[in-house]
Amino acid sequence: MSLSLLFVVLLGLAVVGYYMGKSRSLALSGGKVRSLHSLPLFYGWYVVVWCGLPALVLFGVWIAFEDALVRQLVVAELPEAIRRLPADQLGLVISDIRNMAYGNIPLDKADATIRPVVEHYISLRQIGTTSLWVIALAVGIAGLIFGRSRIHPDFRARNKVEQAANVLLIVSSTIAVMTTIGIVLSLVFEALRFFHAVNPIEFLFGLNWSPQMAIRADQVGSSGAFGAVPLFAGTLLIAAIAMIVAVPVGLMAAVYMAEYAAPKVRAFAKPALEVLAGIPTVVYGFFAALTVAPFIRDAGESIGLAVASQSALAAGLVMGIMIIPFVSSLSDDVINAVPQSLRDGSYGLGATRSETIKRVILPAALPGIAASVILAFSRALGETMIVVMAAGLAANLTANPLSAVTTVTVHIAALLVGDQEFDSPKTLAAFALGLVLFIVTLSLNIVALRIVKKYREQYD
Amino acid sequence: MTDILADTLPQAKPNALRPGVHMTEEATKRLKARYASERRFKLIGLAAILFSLAALVILLTTIASNGFTAFQQTHVRLELNLAADQIAPVGTTDVRKIMQGNYGTIILEALQKKFPEVQSRGDRRRLQGLVSSGAEPQVARMVAADPALIGQKISIWLPTSSDIDVFVKGQVDTKAPEEQRRVKDNQVGWLNTLKASGDLELRFNTRFFTGADSREPELVGIWGGVAGSFYTLVVTLLVAFPLGIMAAIYLEEFAPKNRWTEIIEVNINNLAAVPSIVYGLLGLAVFIGFFGMPRSAPLVGGLVLALMSLPVIIIAGRAALRAVPPSIRQAALGLGASPLQVVLHHVLPLAMPGILTGTIIAMAHALGETAPLLMIGMVAFIVDIPTTPVDAATVLPVQIFMWADSPERGFVEKTSAAIIVLLVFLLLMNLAAILLRKRFERRW
Repeated sequence: MSLSLLFVVLLGLAVVGYYMGKSRSLALSGGKVRSLHSLPLFYGWYVVVWCGLPALVLFGVWIAFEDALVRQLVVAELPEAIRRLPADQLGLVISDIRNMAYGNIPLDKADATIRPVVEHYISLRQIGTTSLWVIALAVGIAGLIFGRSRIHPDFRARNKVEQAANVLLIVSSTIAVMTTIGIVLSLVFEALRFFHAVNPIEFLFGLNWSPQMAIRADQVGSSGAFGAVPLFAGTLLIAAIAMIVAVPVGLMAAVYMAEYAAPKVRAFAKPALEVLAGIPTVVYGFFAALTVAPFIRDAGESIGLAVASQSALAAGLVMGIMIIPFVSSLSDDVINAVPQSLRDGSYGLGATRSETIKRVILPAALPGIAASVILAFSRALGETMIVVMAAGLAANLTANPLSAVTTVTVHIAALLVGDQEFDSPKTLAAFALGLVLFIVTLSLNIVALRIVKKYREQYD
Repeated sequence: MTDILADTLPQAKPNALRPGVHMTEEATKRLKARYASERRFKLIGLAAILFSLAALVILLTTIASNGFTAFQQTHVRLELNLAADQIAPVGTTDVRKIMQGNYGTIILEALQKKFPEVQSRGDRRRLQGLVSSGAEPQVARMVAADPALIGQKISIWLPTSSDIDVFVKGQVDTKAPEEQRRVKDNQVGWLNTLKASGDLELRFNTRFFTGADSREPELVGIWGGVAGSFYTLVVTLLVAFPLGIMAAIYLEEFAPKNRWTEIIEVNINNLAAVPSIVYGLLGLAVFIGFFGMPRSAPLVGGLVLALMSLPVIIIAGRAALRAVPPSIRQAALGLGASPLQVVLHHVLPLAMPGILTGTIIAMAHALGETAPLLMIGMVAFIVDIPTTPVDAATVLPVQIFMWADSPERGFVEKTSAAIIVLLVFLLLMNLAAILLRKRFERRW
């Protein structure tokens, strides 16, 4: 772990730089701080910027790309026969080499062709680490000397430091954009590779989903079917059940809390509802699988209905309970935002409270409520753990809530959990499903934000 | 105007006491119906709230009643004769040699001393089945830690196997016919004898809090998951907190209002609604696939969760910064502070409680998150407790997920107990957030 030691050393260097810059500025001013342009600490920070930043950036870039670089060099060293292997088998060879280099696999197990490569790998890593030490320290010390040499009493250190800080702030605010770009690129890139193997039309409109790929080429039924419609239908079915539970309950709860409840009741009920939102989804999943699904099955059997033990109803019901607070707290906010004058006008005309709510408040709050319902629906589509634990893997195309269905998220998880090769269409299918999920939830979110933006402040 | 008045005003008739339009029988009926609908509506609202609260209560009581028993474990007291010929000569200090000792025989001997009548092979196996398969390594480790025990006789409480444990706790049907029970009639007899002599009792399950995962329900512990969660959250906090604060400061205090900052803002709002599993795909493709980071490591899990919590922290941070009144900034600027000094010396300290509250709540969400961590391979059977952020590890929610998937009956209570622990952690974090808000909330 000499890399973490290097990191600590670089940090230490920065601290040294801070005190050197500070003391140099004090020395140059002859002890009269007033003759300096900036406070001494800014001279210290100025040196830190010069000696710390370039070295740490170099360090980060190295950490990020060292692996790929070493891999390239090692592959170039491998015998021709191995280099010709398909990418997945080559990956296995390389991970073997890496394991041997780290001593996880004894070196004497290696055959003669691999052995020099392992040694080459070890030496490359040593050279790499050593050169990083030398270069990073050199850059750090050079920066320290340069920064220190720039210091004189008229030097505008504060402005320079604030410029650097500003750049830092801008960079961190772009991380969010980078995340989005990262999501889009990784999903699109892997999905495109999937669509090379599977026709997108078949993926989007095919009715048969069974992503088993052959291990041997001559295996029967080796093609695998990637028609995702059963998954989309199952997702919609479960989300619809969830919305049937969550929208009336959440909305009525919000109406009651905003219009009827005494302050004491409200002070208790609102946080209690929010507790529902704070419970981890894996807990809901366990609850659905352990309690709700058997209960529904037994209840169904007692009245003579055949209920699957992993019915869509159980998963949807529990997901609906989870989503209640999303609907209720957002609706509560928009109902409270309806101006009191509208209520007073309605009461003045002799309307009862419920008539006021139904005829005046809900229409006035409708855009906000619609947005909250859309957001809740998008959350229901993307929810994973409840359906993974309570909905199962059977890709049935049915609208019967008592039968077992499966969802997009279940299959993303199922395809990627465990050791998978990065190149098989089976693994890549997860990214294609993820892309569909991302696009759908993103559009729903944009629509919701649009609605809110367009109709907000109507009464102000 | 006059026409209307003429219509509505009561006609001056001799019998002028005719009731007005609002007092006719139909009107009273209508009014009654309206009030009834009013009451109905109110009741529906109340029912909605009660339904949600009932769901919450049922959920919590189910978990609590299922999980409470896991904090105790059935133990049996045995007099072990740590004979030198079964382990190693007296005076051996070589740990490996001691660990290889024949502890199964020692335990079986101790059991047989209690029940000398057991002779047949099948019965001996059942007798041995009383004690957990984890008892042997436990005794071995104890002897290895203190080699002076070799050759002595000790009295020790050992955990029973999970089948016995759930039977003693009454979690399976104890009245079922023998062939449907995993605990057979003669085992029940032995258990009753042990109970009568005080050699069988429920004792506090320390292993559950100090151990890591296991295939045997009676041997599992949550500490591996808790440690994994800890390292993951530390990474998340170290990455997301500074980045989130800096981004919030820039967007709220310095950013010019232009297209670029608008894109960033819309972006952040949308990122907050992206399903968490998509972040898992991002982590898999970028951190593991592209940068070649290790699978199953809390480092990668922490980075993924950091990207996920970043929008939440930025949004909370901006709200907290916005709540600081402009007069503070103007006063500081008037005294000659630079814009950065205004923010760092005045605005940020005043906004800190709000930012911290938002951060704690984001961390609580990250602690309960499971789906993205499944994608990056943190769902693995790991019996070692991780000691660094790059060790293979799992986290508490994923541990819950894996136990919930296990078919053994004994895992139900362990899963529920792990959920109780997770909920306690979440409760503590949320309480901290509430206290922070109460203590430092300022109205300007």
